Amino acid sequence: MIRLPFVLFFSALLFSAGVYGVLARRNAVMVLMAIELMLNAVNVNLVAFGSDRHDVGGQMFALFVIAVAAAEVGIGLAIVILLYRNRESINVDEVNLLKW
Amino acid sequence: MVAEATAAASGIIRSSWVVVLLPVVSALLTLFFGKRTPGKGAVYGISAMGAAFVMSLLILWHFVQGGGTYASQVNWFSVGPFHVEAGQYIDGLAAVMLVVVTSVSLCVHVYSLGYMDGDSRFTWFYVVLSLFTAAMLNVVVAPNLIQLLVGWEIMGVCSYLLIGHWYEVKENSNAAIKAFITTRIGDVPFMFGVFALIFATGFTTSNIAQIGDLVKSHELSNGLVAAAALLLFGGAVGKSAQFPLHVWLPDAMAGPTPVSALIHAATMVAAGVYLVGRMYEVFINADPWVLQVIGIIGAITMLGSAFMALVQDDIKRVLAYSTLSQLAYMVAAMSLGPAGRNASFFHLFTHAFFKALLFLGAGSVIHAVHSNNMSDMGGLKNPMPVTFWTFLIGSAALAGIVPLAGFWSKDELLVSASHGHELLFVIMLATAVLTAFYTTRMVVMTFFGTYEGHAHPHESPPSMAGTLVFLAAATVVVGFLGSPQLHAPFFKWVFFEEPEAIHFEAWIALVGTLAALAGIGFAWTLYAPRKERDPLRALGPVWNLLEHRFYIDDFYMKRIVYPVRDRLSAAVYWFNQHVLDGIINGTAMATRGLGQVVNLFDRGVIDRAVNGVAGTAGATGGLLKYIQSGNVQRYMAFLFVGVMVLAVVFAKLV
Amino acid sequence: MSGWDKTAITVTTLLPVAGALVIIMVPKEKDRLVRALGILFTGAALIMAVAIAIGFDYGKGGLQYVLDTSWISAIGARYHVGIDGISMPLYVLTFALSFLCAVYTWHYVPEPGRTKAFLALMLLLETGMAGTFIAFDLILFFVFWEMVLVPMYFLIGIWGSANRQYASIKFFLYTLFGSVFMLLGFLAMYFRGPAPHTFDMVQLQQFAAGGGFAHDFQLVVFGAVALGFAVKVPMWPFHTWLPDAHTEAPTIGSVLLAGVMLKMGTYGFIRIALPMLPYGAQKYAPWIGLLAVIGIVYAALACLAQKDLKRLIAFSSVGHMGFVMLGIATLTTIGIQAAIFGMVAHGVITGMLFFCVGSIYDRYHTRQIAEIGGGMAERMPKLAGVFAFVSIASLGLPGLAGFWGEVMALLSSFSPNTQLGLSTALFRGFMIAGGVGTILTAGYFLWMLQRVNLGPMPDRWKEHAFSDVLTVEWVAWVPLLLSIVVLGLDPRIIFGVTEEAVRGLMSALGGG
Repeated sequence: MIRLPFVLFFSALLFSAGVYGVLARRNAVMVLMAIELMLNAVNVNLVAFGSDRHDVGGQMFALFVIAVAAAEVGIGLAIVILLYRNRESINVDEVNLLKW
Repeated sequence: MVAEATAAASGIIRSSWVVVLLPVVSALLTLFFGKRTPGKGAVYGISAMGAAFVMSLLILWHFVQGGGTYASQVNWFSVGPFHVEAGQYIDGLAAVMLVVVTSVSLCVHVYSLGYMDGDSRFTWFYVVLSLFTAAMLNVVVAPNLIQLLVGWEIMGVCSYLLIGHWYEVKENSNAAIKAFITTRIGDVPFMFGVFALIFATGFTTSNIAQIGDLVKSHELSNGLVAAAALLLFGGAVGKSAQFPLHVWLPDAMAGPTPVSALIHAATMVAAGVYLVGRMYEVFINADPWVLQVIGIIGAITMLGSAFMALVQDDIKRVLAYSTLSQLAYMVAAMSLGPAGRNASFFHLFTHAFFKALLFLGAGSVIHAVHSNNMSDMGGLKNPMPVTFWTFLIGSAALAGIVPLAGFWSKDELLVSASHGHELLFVIMLATAVLTAFYTTRMVVMTFFGTYEGHAHPHESPPSMAGTLVFLAAATVVVGFLGSPQLHAPFFKWVFFEEPEAIHFEAWIALVGTLAALAGIGFAWTLYAPRKERDPLRALGPVWNLLEHRFYIDDFYMKRIVYPVRDRLSAAVYWFNQHVLDGIINGTAMATRGLGQVVNLFDRGVIDRAVNGVAGTAGATGGLLKYIQSGNVQRYMAFLFVGVMVLAVVFAKLV
Repeated sequence: MSGWDKTAITVTTLLPVAGALVIIMVPKEKDRLVRALGILFTGAALIMAVAIAIGFDYGKGGLQYVLDTSWISAIGARYHVGIDGISMPLYVLTFALSFLCAVYTWHYVPEPGRTKAFLALMLLLETGMAGTFIAFDLILFFVFWEMVLVPMYFLIGIWGSANRQYASIKFFLYTLFGSVFMLLGFLAMYFRGPAPHTFDMVQLQQFAAGGGFAHDFQLVVFGAVALGFAVKVPMWPFHTWLPDAHTEAPTIGSVLLAGVMLKMGTYGFIRIALPMLPYGAQKYAPWIGLLAVIGIVYAALACLAQKDLKRLIAFSSVGHMGFVMLGIATLTTIGIQAAIFGMVAHGVITGMLFFCVGSIYDRYHTRQIAEIGGGMAERMPKLAGVFAFVSIASLGLPGLAGFWGEVMALLSSFSPNTQLGLSTALFRGFMIAGGVGTILTAGYFLWMLQRVNLGPMPDRWKEHAFSDVLTVEWVAWVPLLLSIVVLGLDPRIIFGVTEEAVRGLMSALGGG
């Protein structure tokens, strides 16, 4: 049995990597993948806390999040494809129409 | 015949008002139909005056027969407590005046047929002539002061219209204005005198007879009566042209000559004396100093105007000054008590005829030679015999030659002054000498010697010559009405209180005649040998003084009229435009200025504050907008930092 | 008949407004029809006014033809109208002058034309003026009073001569300035008056007669109300709007301004200031008398300095209204009756004078006396004759209308109401000043006539074609000329009508 703090430490690293990816990557696909990393870090946490407390709810939420993330990635990739079609680029720095 | 006349007279006296109405009707008829009537409308005036004259004679006949006073009146209007009637009050005095006015006016109406023939405003002339007569007749019959005042002032306007009849020439309209304004200066005190009497009776009446009774029984306050007497006399001074309001009368010669005759003999100037006589109860019962004032005014005018008559070249002006002087006789005599009043009226009566005669005679001469100046005349007795002889009769009457009208009345005047008024007596006598002198001078310069002018003198038409003959006859006859030798019937008609015995004092008659003869003789010796230069010019400065009318007119014009008319009025108007209106405009400007200030404050302070708030908000937003870069990652970074901060903060708190 | 009695004056007064509405609806191309309608409506109103005058019971004091119904109940203002001996002459005068003005308009509408608007405003003006004389509620009175301002403002401002902008604004603001104080006075009386608060003039008068208003209160309120009326009269020194307004106004405007509008001020004194504030009247009377005689002499002197004919007549109005105010200031029956007579006489005479001046301007296209230069009698004897006749009437010749108001005002100032504490000596001083004024008045009128009528025609007019008095002018003028003579010969026409009403007024004032 792996002790809980290790798992939490892992998930924190994973989340931080995701945050880094979201904030620092210029490629929209990479940003989407970084978001997935953050979601999965949360999933790890949910499962870890669930098993620690002997509560099956953690696993259920993790499954729910995976489902939502799948939907989200679907929409996200669709946006990226549209973006590419219009701009021939998926660099998020160039997508700044919604400003002052 | 006599009985019938008496019956008619006592009937006709009830309708004396018709005498007043006749000329009014004729004036209206002439005004509206005159131009379309053959003879241009003179017929209305002449027939109306003829009828009025006959009626007046019948009314006088009533008094000759010993008939009594007749008065009747109807309500006219009332104001508050004060009731005014209109009506007629006919006593002997009024009856005599009616005859004088209607006869002279009739003569003037007839005479004007010839004199005004061809005048462009012939019809209009007759309108005003009739109206003028009507106004005077109204003064004569008026039973109360209000009705009298109406006639009194209408006369003023008629004189204005007639004196200014030939208004194309500015001097004439000036003279007309002068006449109206000067007499009006007298009318205002007169009006106040009427107020004083009405007030004294407690607003119960303005009836002359009633006021007379109240004054006689001393029911009215003394002070008010004295004031009223003096104020009423002010009116007489204006109308009868006494010093200091005498200035209008000589200038009034600017009017056509028949008008002068009417003004001098029958209307305007007679009205003043008539008023004093009519209101005599007021005068004689007032404080004695009032009568003294009247005597002094009369004496000044008498002598002063006789002197001024000496130097005139205009024949009408000689007559004008002589009228002033003769009226002053009457006015002065009014100050001598009842006897003087009687004498005064008798002189008014006789003077009316011979002065009308003289004026119409002068008019006849002027008509012939087309000049008023005696230096353009001379030698007219041959081409104009009728005018000459009638004029001579009139002049002799004026000088006071026995047995013509002027002699008898002047004698009465001297008699009434001889008892206790020595100074006045001497002045009257001196004036008599002067009168004879200037009369003779006038006759000599006009009719004797050789003709100096350039026209072709001819006798006047019958309408004029006939009138002269009629008046000359009257001048010869009327004097005897007051002759003591014939028991002076005149005084029985017009008596005041009890008829006093009429004195005839031989020495006074003699002195009076001598005075006249002295004047005539002196003038004859001076003027009979015709000279280039008037002999009186030798008087030098005195001549100048007289020719400038003692500088009284100059004084009035230069010191009063022009300053008021040109400078005072301009000053007042300046005050109006610049001070009063300046205040108004200044207030308006100040208000507008205040508006400007408010406007500046509104824009500069209040509005700027509001705009400032908006501007600040905008500027701040302008700065803050840069945060919204559109870069989602940057938003995420902020979010992350924010979460971190919150986490730290909350961690600390927990 | 009772229906007629109740509604007669309302219908008569509002008839001109109805006429104005009808005129507005007529297309402006039908110029003649518009003018005919003007004559029709003013004529109908005049006939009704005369019918009212005939039906009036002259033996009875107090109000007749009364209509008193609720109007603005929130503030207690009522529609209370009626007519008495004081109102009657002025009421009829209003309709008579308006009718003659409409007749005159048949011939002549001043620049810039626009007959419709001109006549509609004139009719509105007529209603306002007539309404002032019949209102017996202070608010109603004020409404009619102010209603007059607007049409007159436009009449001067649109149809006036060169300097019309200035004159019309000055007229409007000055009179408005006065009426604000008047309104304040009205409100003060409303709040200090009997409970429940009322604007009813009859009730307020009864309240005042019973000593209802405190003395100090009366002194203040009389001052305020009198200021409003004094501007309208106009009394010296509040008169400076008048010469400008008259000089610039079209003929019709001048006629109605002088003929009727000025009387609203003096009427206000008699109707409102005196009976409602009797103590104030007593205390102010010497001052009013003083301003009145200053006005008389001052106006006469100012007239002597005038170069413009119309301005001269305007200043003469100030003098004549001075006599009216002098009569009122004596607080005597004779004085107030003289004042009413003076108002009517001035309305007729000065109205006629303005007609004359208008016609002279019509012919010469100048009002400068020096430019006219005399000789009118030579070329236009009838016009000159009418002008001279009216001028002489205006200077107060007995036997003509102008005389009685003046002479009775002077007579009353010989013995002012000493029971009310007026000083006889002071008022006799006023009388003497007034007498000097009559001499000066004669002076400036005769001088004016000399410079306009008399003398030879100047060369510059020799070639000019002049028409003497036209038929339409005769139609408009003859009634006025006749009434000048008739009023002068039979003053009972006014004195008889006003007698009972003035007696009632005097009992309200206290003292004889």
